[in-house]
Amino acid sequence: MRDVHYAIDGRPIFAGLNVRARRGLITAVMGPSGTGKTTLLRLITGQLFADRGQVAVFGRDMGTLPGREIYAARRRMGMLFQNGALLSDMNVFENVAFPVREHTDLPESLIRTLVLTKLEAVGLRGAAHLMPAELSGGMARRVALARAIVMDPEVLLYDEPFVGLDPISLGVILRLIKQMNQALGITSIVVSHDVQELATIADQSYLLSGGSVVASGTPQELARSDSETVHQFMTGSAEGPVKFHYPAPDYASQLLGANEG
Amino acid sequence: MSNAAQHGAVFEGVRKFGVTGIFFARLLVACVRALARPRLIVAQIFNAGARSLIIVMLSGLFTGMVLGLLGREVLQRFGAETMLGVVAALALLKELGPVLTALLFAGRAGTALTSEIGLMRATDQLTAMEVMAVDPLSYVAAPRFLGGLIAMPLLVAIFDIIGLYGAQLIGVGLLGVDHGTFWSQMQSAVVMRDVTEGIVKSLVFGAVISLIAVNEGYHAEPTAEGVGLATTRTVVASSVLTLLLDYVLTAAFM
Repeated sequence: MRDVHYAIDGRPIFAGLNVRARRGLITAVMGPSGTGKTTLLRLITGQLFADRGQVAVFGRDMGTLPGREIYAARRRMGMLFQNGALLSDMNVFENVAFPVREHTDLPESLIRTLVLTKLEAVGLRGAAHLMPAELSGGMARRVALARAIVMDPEVLLYDEPFVGLDPISLGVILRLIKQMNQALGITSIVVSHDVQELATIADQSYLLSGGSVVASGTPQELARSDSETVHQFMTGSAEGPVKFHYPAPDYASQLLGANEG
Repeated sequence: MSNAAQHGAVFEGVRKFGVTGIFFARLLVACVRALARPRLIVAQIFNAGARSLIIVMLSGLFTGMVLGLLGREVLQRFGAETMLGVVAALALLKELGPVLTALLFAGRAGTALTSEIGLMRATDQLTAMEVMAVDPLSYVAAPRFLGGLIAMPLLVAIFDIIGLYGAQLIGVGLLGVDHGTFWSQMQSAVVMRDVTEGIVKSLVFGAVISLIAVNEGYHAEPTAEGVGLATTRTVVASSVLTLLLDYVLTAAFM
């Protein structure tokens, strides 16, 4: 992504964003809530288009591709959604089989083998017959991961994969992300604000704030950074350049002047 | 209301009409592609049609029974109770069948469509399909639209048949109108044009209600409140438009 500008209803989200994800590596994109991390993923999948600048995926600018080519590019990507986004009217097996059935004419026996292999990889082969409503949050996310990799994508996008997971599920997901990357050579882009978790798996990371990249490097480099913003984010401190309080009039005067306001 | 606010409301109305129009055009294109997946369409005919059967059949029966009761009472004043079959058939075929079924359909199937699609939007299912390079318009929206469109005339036909049975049950069975006269008068007086009017109405109502329901669900605010509001809008808009179009179509068939 080069010099990307993007605004929603005139409110700028990105102003001159530069992010580069290298092939075969895990790239972490971190930043406080509301810095447009999910928007960044949507720009990559071509669901949104940059107002200015270039979002190049597989070497081609998503902003200039015709719809057909965008769909072709999406077949080479997989995406893991925050809540899994499993299709609620079909069971786990059918959910994972969905992209295969839609995009290929494989015989049923092959689809079965393919789906069960992917489910085995996330440890949920035994849950194939369950409906999404019967799954826990961590299981739903693992099923979604199996679905994301069933078409053997070259790029995997993870949208906040750690949110709301218990420590065990979190560890499982972390290990899976690393495995997918190492065993299958999938280029991974992980968007999250869980710094500690990301630091253990990321090859390179970007820290977003205020619409652009404020720091980049390996997690270790970021941890040693002397920038105040970076330091505050990495240590989770309430004090620093990023304020805890939403901009407001002076506290005391607003309380005392309640009659006027 | 100030002048500016009036202009704003008019502008908003026109804009919404335009957005729905564009959505309809895209939906029609998606429908062509959806025809390649007949299984999805059949599933939606089941959802919209078969699941509305009981409510439509019950309502048809009672509507027919009322027709039998009232029809005989009124016709007797003119000494014309032999015409009961004709009156019941014309009322059901031309007006009550399509309109009442449409209102029931909006409440039963329309709301289900809107809330289902709205929830799929709210839980990222539609976005996930887009990322999986599956167009949700042809996979989710179009089969539901086609399902509703096909189910409506079938439901109306069932409503009409059960309604006639209800009228006969009361008029002939209870109040003693002659059985033979009831049916033979109906056969000689009802013409094909009356049946066509009912079919055209049911197709138009089915298309309008399905379009509104799918459109509202597809564009619902992805929150619990947003889906609720969209569902309400589906019922209100479908009902009002059904009655309005009913007048237009009735006038057109005069």
